[in-house]
Amino acid sequence: MQQGSPAPALQGSRVAIAGNPNTGKTTLFNRLTGLSAKVGNYPGVTVERESGTMRLERFGAVELTDVPGTYSLTARSAEELIAIQAICGLHPLERPDAVLLVVDATQLTRNLYLALQVIETDIPVVIALNMIDMLAATGIEIDVAALERELGVPVVAISAQHNRGLDDLRAALDRVLENPRCGRPGPRWIPESRELQQDVRSVAERLPALWKLDEVQRREALALWALLSLDEHDEIQGVPQALRQVVVERRRLAAAAGREIDAEIIRGRYEWIDRRASSFLKQSARPRSSLTDRVDRLLLHPFLGFTTFLIAMGVVFQALFSWADPAISTIEGAVGWLKELVVGALPPGLAADFVGDGLIEGVGSVVVFLPQIMLLFFFIGVMEDTGYMARVAFLMDRLMKSIGLHGRAFVPMMSGFACAVPAILATRTMERQRDRMLTMMVVPLMTCSARLPVYSLMIAALFPPDTVLGFVPVQGLLMVAMYVFSTLVALLAAAVLGRTLFKGPRVPLLLEMPPYRSPHWPSIGAMMWRKSMVFLTEAGTGILACTVIMWALLTFPRTGEHDAAFDARRAQAEASSAEGEQRAELLASIENERRARALQHSYGGRLGHAMEPLIEPLGFDWKIGVGLLGAFAAREVFVSTMGVVYGMGEDVDDQSVGLRQRIKQETRDDGRPVYTPLVGLTLMVFFAVACQCMSTLAAVRRETKSWRWPAFLFVYTGLLAWLLAFAVHQGGRLLGFA
Amino acid sequence: MTSLDLLSPGAHARLISIGGERAFRCRLMELGLLPGTLVRLVRRVDVGGVLEVEVRGCRLSVRHGEARQLKVETVDG
Repeated sequence: MQQGSPAPALQGSRVAIAGNPNTGKTTLFNRLTGLSAKVGNYPGVTVERESGTMRLERFGAVELTDVPGTYSLTARSAEELIAIQAICGLHPLERPDAVLLVVDATQLTRNLYLALQVIETDIPVVIALNMIDMLAATGIEIDVAALERELGVPVVAISAQHNRGLDDLRAALDRVLENPRCGRPGPRWIPESRELQQDVRSVAERLPALWKLDEVQRREALALWALLSLDEHDEIQGVPQALRQVVVERRRLAAAAGREIDAEIIRGRYEWIDRRASSFLKQSARPRSSLTDRVDRLLLHPFLGFTTFLIAMGVVFQALFSWADPAISTIEGAVGWLKELVVGALPPGLAADFVGDGLIEGVGSVVVFLPQIMLLFFFIGVMEDTGYMARVAFLMDRLMKSIGLHGRAFVPMMSGFACAVPAILATRTMERQRDRMLTMMVVPLMTCSARLPVYSLMIAALFPPDTVLGFVPVQGLLMVAMYVFSTLVALLAAAVLGRTLFKGPRVPLLLEMPPYRSPHWPSIGAMMWRKSMVFLTEAGTGILACTVIMWALLTFPRTGEHDAAFDARRAQAEASSAEGEQRAELLASIENERRARALQHSYGGRLGHAMEPLIEPLGFDWKIGVGLLGAFAAREVFVSTMGVVYGMGEDVDDQSVGLRQRIKQETRDDGRPVYTPLVGLTLMVFFAVACQCMSTLAAVRRETKSWRWPAFLFVYTGLLAWLLAFAVHQGGRLLGFA
Repeated sequence: MTSLDLLSPGAHARLISIGGERAFRCRLMELGLLPGTLVRLVRRVDVGGVLEVEVRGCRLSVRHGEARQLKVETVDG
């Protein structure tokens, strides 16, 4: 094959990149694909599938697909099934032409366990022996040629971080793609005992035909996989029941004979590795780098470790909360400028309204999330890359476990204080679907920054600037109380949902504590970029559509006859003797009144009216109902919607003295004030709990690939919010607060 | 014979057996924690309820409750 005859699959070759977690697989993936990588999803599960194009000298553009990091091909859940599917090309995934297996040279024997499994499946393999530059510090020596001999596949020593050995790696991939036999040595380890061989044969007979079992070796490898993976309780779909039954039966028979199939297979592979290790591995007595030990002594210290962690989280929180602010303001400014520019160029009317308030505002409401998303993923990238994330899960495990959450859920939960949207995207750092779902269902309960304008308007308008105990300001106390309340509700919801809806088998915590390493900045940048693009294209479309729908709800039907009446008044004002500012004020007040009227007549206004019986027990009138509807676009919109409802225009904010005054003066038909401190408190409780945020719902939809979960989130938080608000309002009345 | 959660930091031990559910045992064994393997307790973080062990040059963290399922005999480092 060396000369002449071009390989059949010269174009469109596919390579899968696999390996243990923390082996630098992602860094290598980014090195090989540059910025060409795209994010998709593996079919049927919410596991991200990154793939990009790698350039090889002979084979040209080759598609490189990232397989989630795994310690073995053994699977128990749908997510873990991906590795074997992607490597073996089991239905519904296509078989790659070769597998690039990344192996951490500093932890060779443990990594070779996966390598043996992959080689068994009879797919052409190239091994990238990564972190070769770290060997000197750990006192390990590896004879690459000997390792290559023992494994029978090309082994290339590289350092992805320092860009070393990558040309050799590409050349090796070229060779294996051209001549697959040189990467397919046949199985290295074969079950020794007759009993185990018998187990493998009887399981192999039941493998589904869909798995393209053209070769004996592949069949036996998949039979071994089934023996380790399947049992009565596995969550693996797409496996015929007959196969599962035969595995369970063989295991039962073996147990009766005093054998343990799992241990025999796993021990067999490790013994194979250990028997040969002396030929390629020399380990001097010196243990691994003590730098990690020294750093861990601080970062995992019972007291100092927590303190450092809280400081780190404080920095992340501060960044999302205020460092993102200039970028957010810039985006909002740019959107406003663009809107003015475009609307000014269009003739006034429906089209201009649609483009300005529907489309441009809609796009703006998507883009405005990017600064926080990028910042959060920057911090997550740094925490993952350095190895600190594993320590976070370690420190937080007991606390989080007690409320049924994964240790890693801490970062998304805390980010939820800034904004639920990036927090929901960050649930990706948890591997198990159950942990991700549970976290997504409670993150929106955390007090996000968009709730602040609502709280601050209510508190400033309805509660006196007094102090209690002589020095504690009532208003500040209320704000803190809202944070504490929302956090308690979130934790309680997690505890309840985790024990009911998301009740699952308890998963033992088994985390690797990787040595600390310096982050690979280009990889972090690439991840931030990809996350942002995914958000824009997938969640963004949903948010944009909802913005347009909300705009339509609050705009249609148009009130032609009223417009005529307002036009007459406007003409009258213009013709009047009022000059300059006075006239402008008069015109503005007419316009504000017109908008209030239009809003009342819109579908949204009518919905507000229709909702009245539903929200009456909470002490809300229909105008608050319209505000709640408007808040669905984004919570802070509540304030500007209230501005329009009360005929003050939409350019109000929570600091507007006029709006605060107006709220205080608003009365019911019988002359009682609409807003009492109790109503304000009820409204804040409702806002704290209800997930009335379409961006959050769109993000959940994007992460879960289903409408069921956003619908569930919306309904359960809505009901809970109503009940809690009802309890507060009616309870308050019983206690004598008006 | 004792269990992994009772070791003191720095202690070396040989793994004798792993209890608990099949999935848990499988996972530990695949990470190299096979009976007969030498392990070292690196540190205990009692506030987190977790401890860190070294096996085959890798560091793993395990919860106290699960570490109780790992029977070991101490050996001299």
